[in-house]
Amino acid sequence: MGISAGKFWPLSFVAAAALLLLTRWQIQNEYFYFAAYVVLQYIVLATAWNILGGYTGYTNFGTGAFFAFGAYSSVVLHKLTSVPIPMMILVAGLVSGLLGFGMGYLTLRLKGVFFAIATLALAIVAQTLIVNWDFVGGSRGIYIIRPAQSPIHGGYIQYLYSLMLLLSWLAVALARTIERSRLGLGLAAIRDDEQAAEASGVPTLRLKLIATTLSGALMGMSGAPLPYYVTYLDPTSSFNLSYAVNSVAMPLIGGMTSWVGPIIGAVLLGTIQQVATVTISSALNLLIVGLLLIAFVIVAPNGIVGLVQARRRARER
Amino acid sequence: MAASAPPLLEASGLGKHFGGFVALENIDLAIAEGERLGLIGPNGSGKSTLVNCLCGTLRHDDGTIMFDGRRLDRVPTYKRTRLGLARSFQLPRPFRTVSLVDNLRIPLLYTVNARSGPRLHAGSIEERCFRLLDDVGLADKARRLPRDLTQVEMRKLELARAVASAPRLLFADESMAGLSPSEIEEILAVLFRLNEGGITIVLIEHIMRAVMSFSTRLVVLVAGQKIADGPPQEAIRNPEVERAYLGE
Repeated sequence: MGISAGKFWPLSFVAAAALLLLTRWQIQNEYFYFAAYVVLQYIVLATAWNILGGYTGYTNFGTGAFFAFGAYSSVVLHKLTSVPIPMMILVAGLVSGLLGFGMGYLTLRLKGVFFAIATLALAIVAQTLIVNWDFVGGSRGIYIIRPAQSPIHGGYIQYLYSLMLLLSWLAVALARTIERSRLGLGLAAIRDDEQAAEASGVPTLRLKLIATTLSGALMGMSGAPLPYYVTYLDPTSSFNLSYAVNSVAMPLIGGMTSWVGPIIGAVLLGTIQQVATVTISSALNLLIVGLLLIAFVIVAPNGIVGLVQARRRARER
Repeated sequence: MAASAPPLLEASGLGKHFGGFVALENIDLAIAEGERLGLIGPNGSGKSTLVNCLCGTLRHDDGTIMFDGRRLDRVPTYKRTRLGLARSFQLPRPFRTVSLVDNLRIPLLYTVNARSGPRLHAGSIEERCFRLLDDVGLADKARRLPRDLTQVEMRKLELARAVASAPRLLFADESMAGLSPSEIEEILAVLFRLNEGGITIVLIEHIMRAVMSFSTRLVVLVAGQKIADGPPQEAIRNPEVERAYLGE
């Protein structure tokens, strides 16, 4: 737990690369990659949400908007150019980062439930824009034809999985760096008491804008490969409320005060949902989230990480 | 000398209202460097509103505030703290999810290290946090969370956090409320030490014994107006002050 940020980046990269090589070498079943892509996508979304929701204490219900803006920025690039997906991911990060900055600038004077409602409203406004934009398919949606060849060895889904794994590494390493930095302490101060933070010299508005921008950018980046994953993109599915619900529930279940929490929550909930989808029905996914959320709010309100930390503290006394 | 030196903080004609309610009216207040000022008044007299206006938590409606020759009227709270204006809150408001040492690290990183001049490196910051905690007798609990503290320890943490920003002027807002006589002595000793270290202190307090033993000057507010300002013994004998506290 005491690894410095300078060492964490290369070490975690080696771990991610090893996981990538191991899975690509050992697993041939394509369905694994379809399912794992979704779980990894949720690691990025949950980690991104946690930068604003967990570290800063501002609940964002607009995840769908940032995610879909990332996906639709790829659609625009796909139609206009022939840039590779990694480039699309960067552009999506820029677009959704700007959206995050704009949202923050307009809404961060609001607090608590008022901020949460404003982000939900933003998602609806963003969806309305896309529904009425014919260039990206409007309400009827758009088909995206994948390139015939994957740029790396293996099928296209393996390529998308590899990209999402690297993106997960980037999101997690960034979140951990923030958590242990001056910025992270400033965000924690805002979460705990904004007035006291300001009285301690913390420029609260500036830090909140950094958090909304970074959080939005990562959410957009996770949405960028989506058109190539689903091959048909429409506003109803890309702005789906389940993205917002899952990205809130996963850090809550895993634990919001640590970078590990969103990973645990995303792997746990994401895997259960994938298993339920093939064994029972995908219609059960939100029910599962709801039941788990209720259980955790009662049994472990600080998530799995909080539970472990409380036990450790009790043992130390 | 102090008499000829310009005041460290000067508020002129300060006013604040909430809708039709006048919380502060035409307050003139000058605080000299190194002073120990007591600010008293009955509940609702405007003491905390005055502190909130001076620190930037509330924006005043009328008048001007000067600090060290600089006009503060539109300066946000965090910049006022960086300039050297610090406060403790009436009810302790620690950063509850981080350890005591991190509670002090935050103002150190965002004030001392945000000012011009050499920055403290991680080791010096840690060392300074422990020294500040040691000054208020909390060094042995440095890695604990604020919820593990007693009431008096929480008040000490509140003061230590305010002092961590290396202020020139500290507003101690009811730092002794609800404490026992021996705990009040502990807090007073901390405040005297801080003042001896060069920090100007404004003590906002209801406990008269503490105010009288600490202050070199007393300002009395009643219904948003300043009704007395002078040496403590004179100020409390002011007929208006007696009327405000004891009735007609």
